[in-house]
Amino acid sequence: MKYVDEFRDGDLAKKLLSDIAQEATPDQIYRLMEFCGGHTHALSRYGLLGMLPANVQMIHGPGCPVCVLPIGRIDLAIRLALEHDVILCSYGDCLRVPASDQMSLLKAKARGADVRMVYSALDAIRIATDNPTRQVAFFAIGFETTAPPTASIIKQAQAAGLGNFSVLCNHVLTLPAMEAILTQPGGVPLQGLVGPAHVSTVIGSQPYQSIAARFNMPIVIAGFEPLDLLQAILMLLRQVNEGRAIVENEFTRAVTPLGNRKAQALVNEIFEVRASFEWRGLGSLPLSGLKIRAEFSNFDAEQRFPDLIYRTVPDHKACECGAILRGEKRPHECKIFGTVCTPDNPIGSCMVSSEGACAAHYTYGRFRDETHE
Amino acid sequence: MCLAIPALVVELLPDDMARIELDGVRKEISLALVENVKAGDYVIVHVGYALQLLDQEEAAQTLALFAELKGSAAA
Repeated sequence: MKYVDEFRDGDLAKKLLSDIAQEATPDQIYRLMEFCGGHTHALSRYGLLGMLPANVQMIHGPGCPVCVLPIGRIDLAIRLALEHDVILCSYGDCLRVPASDQMSLLKAKARGADVRMVYSALDAIRIATDNPTRQVAFFAIGFETTAPPTASIIKQAQAAGLGNFSVLCNHVLTLPAMEAILTQPGGVPLQGLVGPAHVSTVIGSQPYQSIAARFNMPIVIAGFEPLDLLQAILMLLRQVNEGRAIVENEFTRAVTPLGNRKAQALVNEIFEVRASFEWRGLGSLPLSGLKIRAEFSNFDAEQRFPDLIYRTVPDHKACECGAILRGEKRPHECKIFGTVCTPDNPIGSCMVSSEGACAAHYTYGRFRDETHE
Repeated sequence: MCLAIPALVVELLPDDMARIELDGVRKEISLALVENVKAGDYVIVHVGYALQLLDQEEAAQTLALFAELKGSAAA
């Protein structure tokens, strides 16, 4: 595949790993956080974690939208489906996340709720057009990458005068989460951040400058392929060693300083920032989530179905997703990892989502733990 | 879920849509979020939408960067 295979070249990987080994000063520990769940997954999947020098430690961040979605929001979607006979359209990842009362969207479907997996927001609007007598709701999740598609379909719904369509909006913002990680008391000290790939294609590289400056934190935006990640890690090590703390962009083939202005404008047209939004693992963060503007309130499921009131629901007692999302613990430090909690029987969101730290570790990494014990 | 892949635009379609090809598989996606896309361009596709044009020159430069030999050995 063009623009994929070249970025997975084995010889270049070896060369970059050797550069990294040379750059990593032996008596220094480099703690780097990969913010994005897709990066966590790539690091595991390509075996990069085992090939980095021992003093370069990668710490998972909260950049997995399914993982940070609190149980209470999934409960709202389940109620929409079960109590309001809505056709509930959702991205696949959300379907198996355990919610309250032993439920999940998939289990709600087994109970007769009309829950449908969609690959794209476009599918949701097609379902609404094809089922004019039914209410259709789209369970919108994701960071700044998926907010523009949601905005686009709301605009389309308005233009088409679709009266049976609404969106349950759970979009969240990257920078407030980064700030929360960097300001949390008792948080793990970090020397650098690997910036998210596709969020950055939308927002650009410029917004991260405030974080780099405020926290004296090197940030390198990286693409998803293994060579991208290795190069980004190398660039971070160089910044740390040279005492620099700026935003650098490794993913120049898709990220520009200003990002995708068209997508940003569309998002600003449809959404505004919520005063606060609750995140799994990070608590309520101010100005961290999006809500549909009043002009488009016809398409806001929380307006159309006023009995949908959010209630905070704590995670399962043994579940360490919160600590893992903050980078404080690693998957194997969760007591139920790999035993009770597995991809077939997930207890928390980090094991369900393809970008969750626990899922990545279970699929690609846990064998390494076993050989080291 | 946030994963997105570079895909080749093979054909522009009405209503701001396009047909893309990825490793032999063809799919229709929306161009509502991008501008000035032509057949032959590569786009980053995510959840059925093109999010950004892939800058082919930058891609070549990035590959060259990986292969770059480091300057003098680190002090």
